Amino acid sequence: MKLKLKVWRQLNAEAKGQIVDYELEGVEADMSFLEMLDYLNEKLILTNEIPIEFDHDCREGICGTCGLFINGRAHGPLEGTTTCQLHMRSFNDGDTIFIEPFKGGAFNVTRDLRVDRSAFDRIITAGGYISTPVGDAPEANAIPITYDMAESAFDSAACIGCGACVATCKNGSAALFTAAKVAHLAKLPQGKVESKQRAVKMVSQMDAEDFGHCTNTGACEIECPQEISIANIARMNWEFNKAKLLG
Amino acid sequence: MPDIHTKLDAKIPEGPLSEKWSLYKATCRLVSFNNKKKLDIIVVGTGLAGSSAAASFAEAGYNVKAFCFQDSARRAHSVAAQGGVNSAKNYQNDGDNIYRMFYDTLKGGDFRAREANVYRLAECSTNLIDQAVAQGVPFAREYGGYLSNRSFGGVQVRRTFYARGQTGQQLLLGSYSALMRQVDLGKIKLFTRHEMLELVMVDGKARGVIVRNLDTGQIERHGAHAVVLATGGFGKIFYLSTLAMGCNGSAIWRAHKKGAYMASPSWTQIHPTSLPQSGEHQSKLTLMSESLRNDGRIWVPKKKSDERRPNDIPESERDYYLERRYPAFGNLAPRDISSRAAKERIDAGHGVGAMKNAVYLDFKHAIEEYGEETIKARYGNLFRMYEKITGVNAYKEPMKISPAAHFSMGGLWVDYELGTTIPGLYALGECNFGDHGANRLGANSLLQACVDGYFIIPYTIGNYLADEIEAGEVNVNSPEFEKAEKRVVDMLDKLIAIKGSKPTDYFHKKLGRIIWDYCGVTRTEEGLTKAIEMIKELRKEFWVDLKVLGTAGEVNSELEKAGRVADYLELGELMCKDALTRNESCGAHFREEFQTEDGEALRDDEHYRFISCWEHKGEGVEAVLHKEALEFKEAKVIARNYKK
Ligand SMILES: Cc1cc2nc3c(=O)[nH]c(=O)nc-3n(C[C@H](O)[C@H](O)[C@H](O)COP(=O)(O)OP(=O)(O)OC[C@H]3O[C@@H](n4cnc5c(N)ncnc54)[C@H](O)[C@@H]3O)c2cc1C
Ligand code: SF4
Ligand code: FES
Repeated sequence: MKLKLKVWRQLNAEAKGQIVDYELEGVEADMSFLEMLDYLNEKLILTNEIPIEFDHDCREGICGTCGLFINGRAHGPLEGTTTCQLHMRSFNDGDTIFIEPFKGGAFNVTRDLRVDRSAFDRIITAGGYISTPVGDAPEANAIPITYDMAESAFDSAACIGCGACVATCKNGSAALFTAAKVAHLAKLPQGKVESKQRAVKMVSQMDAEDFGHCTNTGACEIECPQEISIANIARMNWEFNKAKLLG
Repeated sequence: MPDIHTKLDAKIPEGPLSEKWSLYKATCRLVSFNNKKKLDIIVVGTGLAGSSAAASFAEAGYNVKAFCFQDSARRAHSVAAQGGVNSAKNYQNDGDNIYRMFYDTLKGGDFRAREANVYRLAECSTNLIDQAVAQGVPFAREYGGYLSNRSFGGVQVRRTFYARGQTGQQLLLGSYSALMRQVDLGKIKLFTRHEMLELVMVDGKARGVIVRNLDTGQIERHGAHAVVLATGGFGKIFYLSTLAMGCNGSAIWRAHKKGAYMASPSWTQIHPTSLPQSGEHQSKLTLMSESLRNDGRIWVPKKKSDERRPNDIPESERDYYLERRYPAFGNLAPRDISSRAAKERIDAGHGVGAMKNAVYLDFKHAIEEYGEETIKARYGNLFRMYEKITGVNAYKEPMKISPAAHFSMGGLWVDYELGTTIPGLYALGECNFGDHGANRLGANSLLQACVDGYFIIPYTIGNYLADEIEAGEVNVNSPEFEKAEKRVVDMLDKLIAIKGSKPTDYFHKKLGRIIWDYCGVTRTEEGLTKAIEMIKELRKEFWVDLKVLGTAGEVNSELEKAGRVADYLELGELMCKDALTRNESCGAHFREEFQTEDGEALRDDEHYRFISCWEHKGEGVEAVLHKEALEFKEAKVIARNYKK
C-alpha cells in the first residue's frame, strides 16, 4: 500500500519541532508499525536524509520502550496494544497518518519521536519498592497469599512504564503509572508494612516532577496497552489519605 | 587448527559436589564493611544479572556505577522472558531435589557443562524464589495461598515458577526496584542510555570502561576496581531472532579483544515455537510460549508443497512427525530436537505458509477434548497475540510456527568465581558461557542470571577485591584511559567516514542469513568453511561501503547499530570456526556428518568432552583454541534419548 506520513521532526530538546511530510510506497500489511518506519528510514538513508529517531527495543509489547501518537491516539487505533504490536493491516491504502512523540507532563522530546521518561524512574526511586535486603529472605511459602490477591497484585504489576497514560492525559498526569505500583505492592502482605510511607513518597515525587494533577478523566485507562484499571488510582488515594490522616 | 592444551584454572573448590559451595563461602576472603566503601565496582547491564549484582554490591557497601543502553533499567531484555523460572523447592512433593535438578540440567546440556557450577545453580535455585517473593513478585498461587508450579520441556517434575506469561518482567521489576532503592540511598549511580564501547586495562587488570552517552554522543571514562559485565546474549547476530533490537555482543567482544577468552560461541539455542518470518522487511521474530506445546499438536502435510488450507487436509494426510519420531516425549521433546525435526521437514519440502518456512501447531484436538473455553483460559493471551500479529484466529485454524535463534549458550569463559581470564573482569548471566552446556533447558536462564547476580558474585568478587583495598581511586586521566578513549573515538569516526552506499541493516541482514544457513540449526564442514569466507568478504564490503549519516556527537542510532554490526562481523566468524572444530554433534550443535542412522545427534565424549576457549591473538591473526577438559565425577554420562 501507499501512505502519506506526517512525522514530527525535532533536532533536540531545545529545538523547535515541525511536521514533515513523506510518501511511502510498498508498505505491506504484515509489517509492524515500527517496521514501516524502518522501511521509511532505509529510503531516507539512501537519499541522504537523516533517518527518523524513535524509541523501541523488544518489539514484543513488553519492554515499554516504544510509544507513538498515531493519528492523535497513544499507540494508535487498537486497544490494549503497544505501537510495536500494531500492524499495518490496521491501515488502508492511501491513508494519511500523523506520527508524533509522547509529550506531556514531565516528558520531553530528545529528538524526533524519542522522549525522556526518566521522571518515571525517579518516582520508583522515591519508594516504589519493598525495603527488603538482598541475599537472604524468609521461606517463600511461609506467607500464603490468596489466589485472588496474587492475581489482583499482578494486574497492577503488569504496567510496562510506557507513558501512554501521561501522554494521553490532558493534565499530563502520571497518576495511573504511580498508582499501579502503589497498588501492586500494597496488595501483598510483604509490601503492606510500608504502604503508607511509600504512597506519600511516590506521590510527592510525582508532584515534584512536572506532572499534572489527576482529574479522573479516565483517558489513561482507555489508552493503556496493559489495560491497567483506574481503580488503582482510587487505591493510591486511599493509601495516601490514610497516611495523611492517620500519620 | 592448532591443538593446544593449556591448563585453564576453573578454580573449582575441593570437597564433595554438595559441599563445594558452602566450603568456598566459608573460606573465601572477605572485605570488611568499612573497607567496602573504598572500592568501586562498575556493572554493565541492568538485566536480571546486572541489576541483582549491582543491588547486592551496593547493599554490601561497595560504590557502584551501573550502565545500560535503554532509557530505563527496567527495559533490559530479561523483561521479555515468558515461561518461568526453575527451582528445586519440591513444593509439589513429586520427588524433586537439588541433585535431580542438577542432573536434568547437565543431561539437558548434553554433558558439556561444568559439574560444580551446575550443582551450585540447582543449590541456589531455592533461595531465589524466597528472594523474589520478598520483593513482591506476584508468582502464580494455588487457592490455598501457596505457590504454584508447572512443568517444562525435558523434565519429569513440576519445578517451574511463573507469573502468567510474564515471568521475566516480574522478576526484573523485582531486581530493578532493589536497584532503584540503592540509587535512592546514593550507593548506585545509574547511567541509562550509555553504551560501553571499550574495556580499560591497567597493569593487566580491568580498571574501567569507555562509554558513549547515547543522548548526547559524548564519550565518557569511568574507572573502578572491578568491572562486571552482564550484557546479555548476542543472538541478534542472526538479525532475525527472538531477541530485542538492541541486544548486542559488543561489550564481551571488546573484552575478548583485550584478552578475555570466549567459550563455545557456536552454541546457540534455536527455539522451536517462534512465529515464522513473513516477509523481507521483518525486523525480529516473536516467540510464542513453549507452553503451547502442552496441548498443541505439531504436524506438516505428508504431500510436498501442499497448497491446500490446513483444515482441508484430512488426518490421514498429516504427518505428526514429533509424535512419530519421539513417541515418549512427542510434542514436548526438548528444544534442540524439536527445532531440528522441524527444519528437517521444512527442508524436505513439507514447510507451510507463504515462505514455506513453517509447521502447523494445531489445537483442534485439544479444543475437541477440553472445549474452547478451557483452551482460552490456558492460552487466551497467546492466541490474542497471535491474531494481532498474523491476523489469523488460531481457534479456527492451526498456528504456523518456525524455529528461531533464541539464546547464546556460549559467551565469555568464566571460572567458578565468574571471573574471566582478565583479572578483575567478571561476566554474569547470558553473556558468560554459563551453566547450560550445549543446550539450555527452558526456565533455567532467568535462574542463572539471578543466581549469578544475587548469590554468587557478591561472595566471589570479595576474594579478588580484598587485595585492592589499598589501590586508591582509579585515575581516569592515565595514559591507558586516554588511549582507550582514542580508540573509541577513532572507531566511531572511521565508521562515519566510510560514506559508502549501504545502510547498516543491509550488512546485518546478510550476516544473519549466512549464520542462519551455515551455523544455525544444523552445520556441515563444507558449509562452515564457506561461511567463513563469505563473512570475510562481507566484512571487507562493510568497511568500504557502509553508509552512516550524521555525526558521532549527537543522537545517532544508525551509528550505534553500525558499531554493533562491526563486532558481529568478527564474532560471526569465530562462531563458525568454533563449530568447525567440534567434530561431533551435541545439544544445539548438530554437525550433519555426525549423526546416528536414524538422524540423532552423535556425541563424541572421548575427543570432545571439553569447553572450547578461544584466545584473541590480534587483528587478522587466527584465534587460538584452548580446551578446558570436563570431568564428571558424580553424574553418570549417558546418551540423551527422548524416544523411549
Ligand atoms: C523472548 C524470550 C523469552 C524468554 N523466556 C525465558 C523463560 O521463560 N525462562 C528463562 O529462564 N529464560 C527465558 N529467556 C532467556 C532469558 O530471558 C535471558 O537469557 C536472560 O534474561 C538474560 O539476562 P541477562 O541479565 O544476562 O541479560 P539482559 O536481560 O539481556 O540484559 C542485558 C543488559 O546489558 C545491557 N547492555 C548490553 N550491552 C551493553 C553495552 N555495550 N553497554 C551498556 N549496556 C549494555 C542492556 O542494556 C541490558 O541492561 C527468554 C529469552 C527471550 C528472548
Ligand atoms: S499505566 Fe499503562 S499506559 Fe501508563 S505507563 Fe503503565 S502500561 Fe503504560
Ligand atoms: S518495543 Fe518493547 S513494548 Fe514496544
